[in-house]
Amino acid sequence: MIPTAARPTLAIHKFSSCDGCQLALLNLGEGLLDLARMVDIRHFVEAGPMDEEASVDIALVEGCISTAEEAERIRRVRANSRYLIAIGACATSGGVQALRNLHDAGAWTADIYAHPQYIDVLANATSLADRVRVDCELYGCPVNGHQVLAAVRSLLSGVTPLNDRDKLCAECKRRHNVCVMVARGLPCMGPVTATGCGVLCPTLGRDCYGCYGPAENVNSAALGRQLEAEGMSKEARAGRFLFIHSNAPEFASGGSSGED
Amino acid sequence: MAASRDIAIRVPVLARVEGEGGLEIDIHDGRIRDLKLRIFEPPRFFEKLVEGRDHTEVPDLVARICGICPVAYQMSAVHALEGIFGIDPGPWVRAMRRVFYCGEWLESHNLHIHLLAAPDYFGYASVLELAGEYPEEVRRGLRLQRLGNDILRLFGGRSVHPVGARVGGFHHAPGMEQVAQLRAELRDALPLAEALVQWTASLALPHHSQEFVSVALRHGQEYPFNEGRLVASDGLDIPIDAYEEHFTEEHLAHSTALHGRYHGSPYLVGPLARVNLNWDRLPAQVRGNAERAGVVFPSDNMFHSIIARAIEVHFALVEALRVLDDYALPDRPYVEAIPRAGVGFGCTEAPRGMLWQRWETDGEGRIRAARIVPPTSQNQPRMEEDLRLSLEALGLEHSDDSLRLRAEMVIRNYDPCISCATHFLKLQTRRS
Repeated sequence: MIPTAARPTLAIHKFSSCDGCQLALLNLGEGLLDLARMVDIRHFVEAGPMDEEASVDIALVEGCISTAEEAERIRRVRANSRYLIAIGACATSGGVQALRNLHDAGAWTADIYAHPQYIDVLANATSLADRVRVDCELYGCPVNGHQVLAAVRSLLSGVTPLNDRDKLCAECKRRHNVCVMVARGLPCMGPVTATGCGVLCPTLGRDCYGCYGPAENVNSAALGRQLEAEGMSKEARAGRFLFIHSNAPEFASGGSSGED
Repeated sequence: MAASRDIAIRVPVLARVEGEGGLEIDIHDGRIRDLKLRIFEPPRFFEKLVEGRDHTEVPDLVARICGICPVAYQMSAVHALEGIFGIDPGPWVRAMRRVFYCGEWLESHNLHIHLLAAPDYFGYASVLELAGEYPEEVRRGLRLQRLGNDILRLFGGRSVHPVGARVGGFHHAPGMEQVAQLRAELRDALPLAEALVQWTASLALPHHSQEFVSVALRHGQEYPFNEGRLVASDGLDIPIDAYEEHFTEEHLAHSTALHGRYHGSPYLVGPLARVNLNWDRLPAQVRGNAERAGVVFPSDNMFHSIIARAIEVHFALVEALRVLDDYALPDRPYVEAIPRAGVGFGCTEAPRGMLWQRWETDGEGRIRAARIVPPTSQNQPRMEEDLRLSLEALGLEHSDDSLRLRAEMVIRNYDPCISCATHFLKLQTRRS
């Protein structure tokens, strides 16, 4: 085992999120113990080590920026980290919380809480890259352990992590799945969504709902037209895009062709 | 002298809990003057995010409330919506939902026992340190956790935010071969789960009896997952749609979270409450193994929660095997939902305790309103009450470090899932 002092250091930080992306690490099983041998884990509150201000080689950051405190804290994390990797939908696009950007968060606060004056939230929930420089973005709601380990191993080897943004649709074809859109008319997001999940939804016979975010070079309007041709209302079509990654630029138009 | 000192204990961030929370205790003249469990988790407005969405989107949306127990949120929601639409998915779906839930209990309980709670009892800060001294025990826990994830993957493709559940059933039925393979692994793991129960009972758990009211689902024949009546250890026995007549949530100005109350008082949900109220619903082999560990349920020692959790790990294995031993492919793994307007209720047993939801739809099956009551907000007043009692029982003359360690153990014991942030707020600590 490499002595502690010589091992690269790692921190895992959490912002507004469900904790699911940290589980990509906690669910690694023995892989987590292997990771702890490769790197010196300095900050990972959910697992125990705690040193929020530690200067580290690699910071894995889960969650979106949704409060003033978080906007300030992410700057400190950036300053303390050689490489900052955004993990998961919240960190890369704002995630499901960003749906509130389409509404009046202040009114929502008043609707839910008896004492809204004690609630501190920004009007918009945003990605990390909206606030600080991010070295690598791993999309996915949630990310999986392979993605995270591969990125960490790449950085440890001095290689830029591979960021595969090919379309889910292409991988689904390579797996010889029957197309759920062509065969059953389901509103599948595969043509505009990035690969990385393992083609879970079409393999289980359902339509992809875009949890890995936009693929590269997508034509959202074309898919939007196709969904409407299949009989979807404009509202429902927009809802397909404005879901887990509503704040990602490629999805933010709601698959509109500009006519609504 | 010690009793007259003023002590302020601040634990700004609690390690090894899900989500972020902290604790503040003020001791004056040998008494706890003020105690606050602070929740930092910013609100994520899930009850508003779902408004106007189609009912078919609900399982994928509510999963995102919690990465550790997405199945619980999905199950309470689909049962409520099926209630509104008046559909019965039938025996295959009903049985498989139990297995699906077994997967989540195995995953979540083993994560908690080994990665979050156990290091406390050996004086370690993390599972990474614990694994150095007790590699076999940690490996056993990780294997049981992995089996939970395997079950979740079988039905949902992945263990965090699984994609298999839908209103009316499942999108997909697992194949016979996959099920046979999993069954073999579950069977091999039975001795591990039995040993886990014995191991948790052998831990140096504090002895401290407290009076508290346990609340859980109770079913006519089964240990509860998705169905049953709501019962309490004081004799309450109501249908789940009468929840709001007996339970309230308060938003206290000085507090960080909504506080759940039962007839105005704190109450307990979770594994210990479930075992206390449903001991007779556990299979004989699970009860027998627990009895050999020498712990008697119902128990009024909150620290027995970790044993209750281990007992439920054993139960989840036995139950998953019982159901899967008769596994057969269904004609179709779901029934079609025909939307209609109405109000429905769902109450299921999340790993951390009863998770109650109320849903309202319009005639097109779009969501008009939702109310989601996660287990951790229900347990919060109980946690604060327990902290006061436990620290005073330990003796406030102990060093700040001892008090802090004990307080952290007390909180972790509830396995609080602070990310279930439907109701959790961030407190403004500086007010003018």
